[in-house]
Amino acid sequence: MPKLARELLFPLIAVVAAFIVGGILILLVGDNPITAYKLLLGSALSWPDGIGYTLFLSTPLIFTGLAVLVGFRCGLFNIGAEGQLYVAAFATAWVGITFANRGSWLLIPLCFAAAILAGAFWGAIPGVLKAQFGSHEVINTIMLNFIAVALVSYFTQYHYKVPGDPILQTAPIGPGAYIPHLGKFIHGFPERIPLNVAFLLALLCCLLVYLFLWRTKWGYEIRATGSNPFAAEYGGISIRKQIVLAMSVSGALAGMVAINEVLGNRHRYYDGFSDNYGFTGIAVALLGRNHPVGVILAALLFAALQHGGIYVDGFSEHVTKDIVQVLQGVIILFVAAEGFFKWALGRRLPGNV
Amino acid sequence: MLELRQITKRFGDVLANDHVDIVVKPGTIHAIVGENGAGKSTAMRIAYGFYTADSGEIIVDGQPRDIKSPHDAIALGIGMVHQHFMLVETMTVAENIVLGAEPGSSFDLDLKRAGAQIRQLSEEFKLAVNPNEPVEHLSVGQQQRVELLKALYRHARLLILDEPTAVLTPLEVEEFFVILRRMREQGKTVIIITHKLSEVLAISDEVTVMRDGKVVGRVQTKDTNAAELARLMVGREVLLRVEKPEAKVGRPQLEVRNLSVTDINSQKRVNDVSFEVRSGEIVGIAGVEGNGQTELIEALAGLVEPERLSGEINFEGRTLNALGARVRRELGIAHIPEDRHRRGLLLDFSLSENAILGVHYRPPIVAGGIFLDEKAVHRRASEIIQGFDVRPPNAALPARALSGGNQQKLIIGREYHVNPKLLLVSQPTRGVDIGAIEFIHRQLVALRDAGCAILLVSAELEEVTSLSDRLLIIHEGRIAGEVDPKVATLEEIGLLMTRGH
Repeated sequence: MPKLARELLFPLIAVVAAFIVGGILILLVGDNPITAYKLLLGSALSWPDGIGYTLFLSTPLIFTGLAVLVGFRCGLFNIGAEGQLYVAAFATAWVGITFANRGSWLLIPLCFAAAILAGAFWGAIPGVLKAQFGSHEVINTIMLNFIAVALVSYFTQYHYKVPGDPILQTAPIGPGAYIPHLGKFIHGFPERIPLNVAFLLALLCCLLVYLFLWRTKWGYEIRATGSNPFAAEYGGISIRKQIVLAMSVSGALAGMVAINEVLGNRHRYYDGFSDNYGFTGIAVALLGRNHPVGVILAALLFAALQHGGIYVDGFSEHVTKDIVQVLQGVIILFVAAEGFFKWALGRRLPGNV
Repeated sequence: MLELRQITKRFGDVLANDHVDIVVKPGTIHAIVGENGAGKSTAMRIAYGFYTADSGEIIVDGQPRDIKSPHDAIALGIGMVHQHFMLVETMTVAENIVLGAEPGSSFDLDLKRAGAQIRQLSEEFKLAVNPNEPVEHLSVGQQQRVELLKALYRHARLLILDEPTAVLTPLEVEEFFVILRRMREQGKTVIIITHKLSEVLAISDEVTVMRDGKVVGRVQTKDTNAAELARLMVGREVLLRVEKPEAKVGRPQLEVRNLSVTDINSQKRVNDVSFEVRSGEIVGIAGVEGNGQTELIEALAGLVEPERLSGEINFEGRTLNALGARVRRELGIAHIPEDRHRRGLLLDFSLSENAILGVHYRPPIVAGGIFLDEKAVHRRASEIIQGFDVRPPNAALPARALSGGNQQKLIIGREYHVNPKLLLVSQPTRGVDIGAIEFIHRQLVALRDAGCAILLVSAELEEVTSLSDRLLIIHEGRIAGEVDPKVATLEEIGLLMTRGH
């Protein structure tokens, strides 16, 4: 089997299996699965709103998927993308508010830097803890998620809210920090759809992550560490440095969600803006087989499900948008069960001759 | 007892067994020898029902039998112990032995009765293990006994052992042979798959030699010798003894002064060791495994935190103690590690990515400071693959896809490519075919003659004695003595290895 087909096989099995299981559930609650799926995918792929919103929703998932991927490639499980993107979003808003009256040429790069550096910083913390003290990154990233959300809510509530505003959000950022919606450039694509330049940035990041991991010496060292830390050490690679580097890059990628959200969409920090992007990013990376191209495909699928789910909720008799959760859950279950399938298939292949 | 007649088995394009005939007489120890990939394991897995043959017959006790699964084999009294043990680490010895053949009814596991039976078996065959001990607490040698008991508990009359000595220390091998002889006395038949000729000669009654899926020789052990068996296995004359000219020794390169190394539990693994290695000589370190060799080599290679070292490691007059592996490599120290899977290779990486490990960050591999130069990577990989005859010669394959011997050749090629001034080598030929062993030995001598200082650790006494110019013996982390390998007897060395002074 060619390599590409082999790589695609298990994710495809997982997706198809999920739709079958979901279909049975839809039947059980008394709806027609074909109709429900038509509604789900039809609304996610309609022009221009369906496609526009699907791409918009895929943007944060591409960033977080890449973040988790970079961690995985170094043998690290970054469950902290959620916290990293919260810290980054607040930092971005803070820069956008503090330097509100500067011009775009200065303010946008400043905001980009804020998003990237804040995410990298929040990701580096568990990296340093692991490198110096060997404390496990899974525990530390989970705990830092809570700290991030609480910290950012506190600053928003007591220092950066517009007085009297009933919503927990900061004041708006300066208009110089806005990045344009894509509707501005595409004829016939309405500007009201929040799909913005950050989506193109996400695609660019996929290319950059690919080049970084597979074409540079740093990427080689990160992947070597993830593949076999003992051999990496033997080859003169400092495991500790790689852990900190990978966690920082991972955090930076998660932080770039802020560019989409704060600069491209709401133009302020808004409490609870993330629809579990950081956690869905884990699923995206897994389904995308920890490859940037796979991450794009998986992010598009999950975004389409999210967006289509809203219509299923509204327009079908019994099925609710929870079906999307079911589909995602079953996909992950099957992706995780890949080892089992390989084992079942592998028994029929020759072993050590 | 067991006869394979005209067994043929094909995996895709590979003819693993080509009309194989093997006759094993009851009450004998029968060795099946051949290089990796010769088809010996395949033939035995067919006999054990793991694979089914494409054609041919299996005859057990004079009756043609259809063995479709290990269950059928066990029912016919055939047991197999695999190279990698199949034990549940957290369960006790008794639980492991009865697993799959539990005594008592479905709801009432009668471990007491099993325990009595196990004790009786271990008595009968002198397989001392405590049935109530969890397997994870056992040494490798003891785990092997559990595997043997597992087969005997299922009333095996014929035991197939796949590379049983690969994981044992020399001392454990001796004990293991005693057990095998005991089994033969008790009327059991044993088939032992191996490629170690000294063991074949020491233990077996008859030998079947395989090469490229075919049986190429059947001999009585008493009528043959190592040279003949090696020739049959490889298909050409093989030099078992290394031919090497007199060493032209230069100035000291590595000087180790009062070096001690502690492990993470603060146990001293290397204890006040001093020696030097001069350019143009091979200094061997002989010893029973686990006497500090691993820690010594890792300390010299820069893989042990400086806090765990005391004493001094000097290289060309520079103290290395605080320097990391990267700096030591830059100074001209290369390292062929004892465990190629754990240390030596990135198994999921391609051969070319493995070929640059250690030099992956500097010119010519990196051009312009950041990006890997694909052409330079490829050039280096093909130089190593061609120069060291790595097969298959496909740089895009993952290292995992190579046989042990070819993986080792890749590592050796990589470490030679940097023209080291000092080479640290550990177990260079472990699990490697005879043909490749000869090649590796010749390469080590060639590197020595080019002026490199070589420190060689090996558990194979034959290997260290024939390659080394000077031989140190290590025992419990201390240098127990130095001998001249040209005149020292194996007994003399063996005594130092086991008793120290």
